[in-house]
Amino acid sequence: MSESDRPPAPAAAVPLVAVRGLSKYYVRGGQVIPVLVDINLDVAVGDFVALMGPSGSGKSTLLNLIAGIDKPSAGEIRVAGVDIAQLTESELAAWRAAHVGFIFQFYNLMPVLSAFGNVELPLLLTSLSRRARRERVELALGLVGLADRMEHRPNELSGGQQQRVAIARALITDPTLIVADEPTGDLDRTTAGEILDLLDRLNREIGKTILMVTHDPKAAEKAHRMIHLEKGVLAL
Amino acid sequence: MFVTLLVLRNALRHKLRTALTVVGIVVAITAFGLLRTIVDAWYAGANASSSARLVTRSSVSLVFPLPLTYAQKIRQVEGVQSVSWMNWFGGVYITERNFFPQFAVDPGSFLDMYPEFILPPEERKAFLTDRQGAVVGRKLADQYGWKVGDQIPLRGTIYPGTWTFNLRGIYDGVDKSTDQSQMFFHWDLLNEKIRKIYPRRAEQTGVFVVRLKDPQQAAEVSTAIDATFRNSLAETLTETEKAFQLSFVAMTEAILLAIQAVSYVIVVIIMAVMANTMAMTARERGAEYATMKALGFGNGYVAGLIFGESMAIALAGGLLGIALTFPLAAWFADAMGSLFPIFLVSEATVAMQVGAALLIGAVAAGLPAWRTARVRVVDGLRAVA
Repeated sequence: MSESDRPPAPAAAVPLVAVRGLSKYYVRGGQVIPVLVDINLDVAVGDFVALMGPSGSGKSTLLNLIAGIDKPSAGEIRVAGVDIAQLTESELAAWRAAHVGFIFQFYNLMPVLSAFGNVELPLLLTSLSRRARRERVELALGLVGLADRMEHRPNELSGGQQQRVAIARALITDPTLIVADEPTGDLDRTTAGEILDLLDRLNREIGKTILMVTHDPKAAEKAHRMIHLEKGVLAL
Repeated sequence: MFVTLLVLRNALRHKLRTALTVVGIVVAITAFGLLRTIVDAWYAGANASSSARLVTRSSVSLVFPLPLTYAQKIRQVEGVQSVSWMNWFGGVYITERNFFPQFAVDPGSFLDMYPEFILPPEERKAFLTDRQGAVVGRKLADQYGWKVGDQIPLRGTIYPGTWTFNLRGIYDGVDKSTDQSQMFFHWDLLNEKIRKIYPRRAEQTGVFVVRLKDPQQAAEVSTAIDATFRNSLAETLTETEKAFQLSFVAMTEAILLAIQAVSYVIVVIIMAVMANTMAMTARERGAEYATMKALGFGNGYVAGLIFGESMAIALAGGLLGIALTFPLAAWFADAMGSLFPIFLVSEATVAMQVGAALLIGAVAAGLPAWRTARVRVVDGLRAVA
């Protein structure tokens, strides 16, 4: 589905993510290597945006900056009104715990924890009681269709199931924004389709704002909007 | 609760690696404890000595005897409560391997002087009334299966001939630090035989033991005793019982220092091994720790997980090592016979073992925890890709 086929994102006038004049560069051996150059971007509440571009175009870096796990060299990143570029490392950690859900290409689950334990992990940073945590985890795992695999460890689950656990973990704190870095990159086509359908459901039914990096045009079709990056610059 | 669970599960993730590390720590902590106990055993005599007793010997050397007439003069020194005397005998029981200390003592004054040797009244009486009688410590009696009434033959090395003693009593120690591997017999018997074979060496003794009225006056009384015999043919050197015992330890101080050094080197070696293990572990889990940080866990939390895992492994090894030290020390003490009369794993040694285990855990975790805490989330996540 192309951007023009999609219904307009709800509340598009109020950007959840507002990126202004964002630049990121590295210094290697005295040489300045630009990764992102003067990026301006808005993501509305409830939007589902696909970031596309060739390898090295800076799409993962842009995602990391918006998710608050990297610091920009210049510019401003406002998420729900907070300029996260100004936050200290510990403030950023607390902000991420409350506002960002992460989905990684290789799932990044804790191998020593069960599916339940992995999904519960972000809730340990909240003041919720054990009982309240259990209720939430059961709900989230039910939502991704893994209610019957709660006690299974990651190595007892398929790739698709592991990614579902990761999605449940991303959802569990009811974050403002979900960031997904190549969420289907390690999955076969059928399983990738199931995962994308699940993300689509989260966006449509729960209204989650999703920012997804992908190489796969088929995956990008699920998004409301596609943004292309070429050599660190937005390609319109 | 969750952190404990995560730490324990992480520690058991590579079971073989963890088991080998724990075995290494067990060996190190046990060896550390055993070596410390050997050092303690060396000092046991000095530590068990009384602050209320002085020892007077020849100022030239311990091998030169002092006239028995000195006893009366020492008794008259201000601050002296009582005096006893003794000679080292140096006999052999069956073979040279059966070494244990034997002393010829003045029985009445000696038993009064050493209340830490507890002897039943009837055995005390039997010992005092039999010139050929002897008493031995419980440990020695158990070692050779002696019972009261047995005859103990000793082959003299300093004083030739076969000396047969009637075992009249077996003493117990007032506490665990009391030496129970000694034998005491009548000085009169020794003196009587010396008078026959070496008349010029009769009426002389190796040392005098002096009980003080007030232990605080040890220095003054020592000086006064030595002053009494200044410019005589046999000048004296008086010192506290502890100093006297330590003078024997000083002869082997280099060996003790070497043992102590080895005990610390063992801990340092296992510290390096454990640090390598923890560095490897932290490196392998870089992406996991980065994921936790991305989810909002702080640097301290992640560093705490590494610390917790290191401490758990080190403490497991440490506690097993401490538990193993006791039977090993008992076996070692048996194997050494009466070479170490008091061979006990002290509370201080156990505390040092616990401290060593904690230090191993903390030092091993330090660098990997610091590095993991400092690594940027994006760099950590890149490791998985």
